[in-house]
Amino acid sequence: MSIDAFITETTIDGADDGPLAGHTVAVKDNISTEGVRTTCGSAMLDGYVPPYDATVVERLKAAGATIVGKTNMDEFGMGTTTETSAFGPTKNPVDESRVPGGSSGGSAAAVAAGEADFALGSDTGGSIRCPAAFCGVVGIKPTYGLVSRYGLVAYANSLEQIGPLAPTVEGAADVLEVIAGPDERDATTREAGADATYADAADGDVEGLTIGVPTELIEGADERVVETFEDTLADLEAQGADTHEVSLPSIERAVQAYYVIAMSEASSNLARFDGVRYGPATEAEGNWNETFAAVREEGFGDEVKRRVLLGTYALSAGYHDKYYAKAQDARAWLKQDFDEALAEADVLASPTMPVLPFELGESLDDPLQMYLADANTVPVNLANLPAISVPAGEADGLPVGLQLIGPAFGEREIIRAASAVEA
Amino acid sequence: MSETPVDPDDVRHVADLARIDLDEDEVDRFTVQFADILSYFDALDDVPEVDTEADLVNVMREDEVRDGLSQEEALQNAPETEDGYFKGPSVS
Repeated sequence: MSIDAFITETTIDGADDGPLAGHTVAVKDNISTEGVRTTCGSAMLDGYVPPYDATVVERLKAAGATIVGKTNMDEFGMGTTTETSAFGPTKNPVDESRVPGGSSGGSAAAVAAGEADFALGSDTGGSIRCPAAFCGVVGIKPTYGLVSRYGLVAYANSLEQIGPLAPTVEGAADVLEVIAGPDERDATTREAGADATYADAADGDVEGLTIGVPTELIEGADERVVETFEDTLADLEAQGADTHEVSLPSIERAVQAYYVIAMSEASSNLARFDGVRYGPATEAEGNWNETFAAVREEGFGDEVKRRVLLGTYALSAGYHDKYYAKAQDARAWLKQDFDEALAEADVLASPTMPVLPFELGESLDDPLQMYLADANTVPVNLANLPAISVPAGEADGLPVGLQLIGPAFGEREIIRAASAVEA
Repeated sequence: MSETPVDPDDVRHVADLARIDLDEDEVDRFTVQFADILSYFDALDDVPEVDTEADLVNVMREDEVRDGLSQEEALQNAPETEDGYFKGPSVS
């Protein structure tokens, strides 16, 4: 397979009937599939075979979907290009010299290349929306609490959600309808979404819709991206939407807050990989701590080590108040700014990514530069809000995504607005 | 200038806390990168304190016995087991 979208190809049949009968779905490799290995793109879980299905996988099967494989991803979801995978990079089907984005790069590439009708990804700081934008497909990051994460291998629990990728807004909404709703196995899920429908909201009707455009998310973006974004906004205005500028000063601290919180949570979550319950067998000699440290040196890649170490640092004595506590303040400040902006607008719009897809290998040596590329997506996770990335056209032959952000559990609003972008 | 200078011993200390062995190349590389990243995080210093009111309630359920993984399933991914238990290195 030339683009390397999958780590494992398989066929898991679903029920005979259901809303997804006759459709194929690719599933990100950090979502547990009973009897089918689930690696998280890490050597640490190279041979890990879950003894149970994630709730979203049970729901896909019950809806009649056929699961065709487990998709490549940045190791444990930590990356913006899918190049930190221990299984090698995935290529962008639009331009094979470019990355597909990340961390759900395999899921987006599989959909863009037609290797699956739909896909599931997970989005901790943009990991569904970034690859959707880079590969020219639709991706939805649901409101925190809409979709069960039971069976998702945790990276940063307070931020992440599972969501769909699809060629069209309506297709993504169809999949969201199947996976959304409360689950007694994930106590963070809410009643909202129990009987909600989403696909019927993709009616393209934006007459009278108010769209706020956060100026902070336009400044600093690549000119070619901004031009494509503004053309799309003008098109929405022509369809009857009203746009106005808004300012969210807290957004200027979102990337810092996101990385401090995500790294801190990762340092705790990834402590479970001790080589005893799962993980590679080791020849290392010594006591528990020595063996543990040796297995983790071997099993984790650079980016995972970097985040676990920086998270450990941010939580350590003497630094907790400076980093972690301040990041939580920034998160609360950001929620307040979003509440105010969404009181004056139905949805907010921005470019999904401030840049065009990177060349393969371009961003690996400078982690901070890679983190800065997440500027437009991480605020949404910090504020627990829903957002969708929808193709807005091309610049220099490369896809540009438009991001629409809605109020909590306002998936129908962003789906409606996104369907007008497609029109 | 960073308010947060990082030296190789800081990296080794935090790697020890996190139980991850590093080789010398990694220590050198991370020292430079951590100084960069941590000085970028310094921008959090001017974030105002914000009152937050949580609108969430605890989710409770009855504590009832129900089916879980069998012992065999729970052990199936372990590199080493003995008599139905995980087998790890000695603790001290």
